[in-house]
Amino acid sequence: MFKITPMTATVIKNLFTRKSTRPYPHVVREPFELARGELYIDINDCIFCSICERKCPSQCISVDKKKGLWTCDPFACVYCGICMGVCPTRCLHHKKTWRPVATEREMISMQGTPPKAKKKSSAGKEPEGM
Amino acid sequence: MSKTIIPFGPQHPVLPEPIHLSLTLEDEIVVEALPALGYVHRGLEKLCEIRDINQMIQVVERVCGICSKIHAQCFCLGLEKMMNVEPPPRAEYLRVVWSELHRIHSHLLWLGLFADSFGFEALFYQLWKIRERVMDINEATAGNRVIISVNVLGGVRRDLSAEQVRWITSQLNMVEQELKDLQSTILDDYTIRSRTVGKGILTREKAYELGAVGPTLRGSGVAQDCRQLGYSALKHLEFQPVVEQDGDSFARNKVRFLETLQSISLVRQALKGLPKGEIKTKFKGSPEGEAVSRVEQPRGELFYYFKANGTKNLERLRIRTPTFANIPPLAAMLPGIELADVPVIVLSIDPCISCTER
Repeated sequence: MFKITPMTATVIKNLFTRKSTRPYPHVVREPFELARGELYIDINDCIFCSICERKCPSQCISVDKKKGLWTCDPFACVYCGICMGVCPTRCLHHKKTWRPVATEREMISMQGTPPKAKKKSSAGKEPEGM
Repeated sequence: MSKTIIPFGPQHPVLPEPIHLSLTLEDEIVVEALPALGYVHRGLEKLCEIRDINQMIQVVERVCGICSKIHAQCFCLGLEKMMNVEPPPRAEYLRVVWSELHRIHSHLLWLGLFADSFGFEALFYQLWKIRERVMDINEATAGNRVIISVNVLGGVRRDLSAEQVRWITSQLNMVEQELKDLQSTILDDYTIRSRTVGKGILTREKAYELGAVGPTLRGSGVAQDCRQLGYSALKHLEFQPVVEQDGDSFARNKVRFLETLQSISLVRQALKGLPKGEIKTKFKGSPEGEAVSRVEQPRGELFYYFKANGTKNLERLRIRTPTFANIPPLAAMLPGIELADVPVIVLSIDPCISCTER
């Protein structure tokens, strides 16, 4: 004997409502304003203080003060946003969107201008690592 | 009749995570079940020796994906107690909002997987569709969908604007309405009842004796919920544990469904009573001594033990997760049932294996 279950009403209702899924990647959802996507740095504002490197829970950031090089391993980054919060110059940001799928393991390396020990030379100290 | 030993897992279509059960059968009836763990051990507790207490929050969040926020909250509550740090009232309310959102999406995920375990695909997709609204709330307010990283020692990292509070309330109203539309299916449908009623019975005495926790315990008639301790802002909110008496798979299913509705009510209460003010208390120093903390995860009681020596790193961190406590009750539920019902009953305790193995 055919029996109508309580789910039948939901299934019929679904037939007449719009789709819940979208044909990704042709249609992409608008990202949320506060979403934590890919990490990037405004390297010109970076003072290479290494605080982000020390505070990062996954230790994915490395900062070379002498060379002025900031490197992040995007495969180790856990998108927690800690580095963004501790940065004294607020030069670290998260994009709203995720990093695209990669076929090769590449680091995000940003070359900036090393601080040149301006303060130290003005204070009469020896320039570091020169 | 001769006995047959059949391996169940670690790879099984119904299991999201690896657990192995060695089932001894007489004909089609299980007479003994021996669980074996150890497939996804990661040694996260040991990391406390090389990561400082602030970095450990992100580590403990990864003990369990689905209730990450609650792990971090338990970690913060224990260390705050040790260091005599009092989070501001607004942070305590926000912690409840996010932890109850986690409970909602965890229960919805489980309800979907449970429906899937006996082949009710339409209900599975329907429940996961509803869950997406909660995931969107997480992403829009905290930045990420699952591991939301909002807890810090002394408070939370993100605040909610008045506009966001209104949006969350409207989204939760929709979630509640959509769930109530499915209530008659989840609680009365013939398909579900025939696969769950009277299956995997755990009596009240046995549940208590074997140390069951969470919905597994409450489904057997014991009104015990760590939220009764009133941690964070829960002491200011109206809350009564959901209890069912039958102790079978259906009772556990019903407890989780009703808890989802209850969590929506708790989020609503917390958002309504959200006090104004700071979201983080500043503090200095490092923890010293010993402490424990307990909170209620979607699966049951979560227990953390801390031992600190006044440095930035903990000396010892011990995590006892609810699935660890629910495995002996599972082994007690299985004898006497048919082999075909084993997947449904294993899923009825909501096993989170990576959580258990840390």
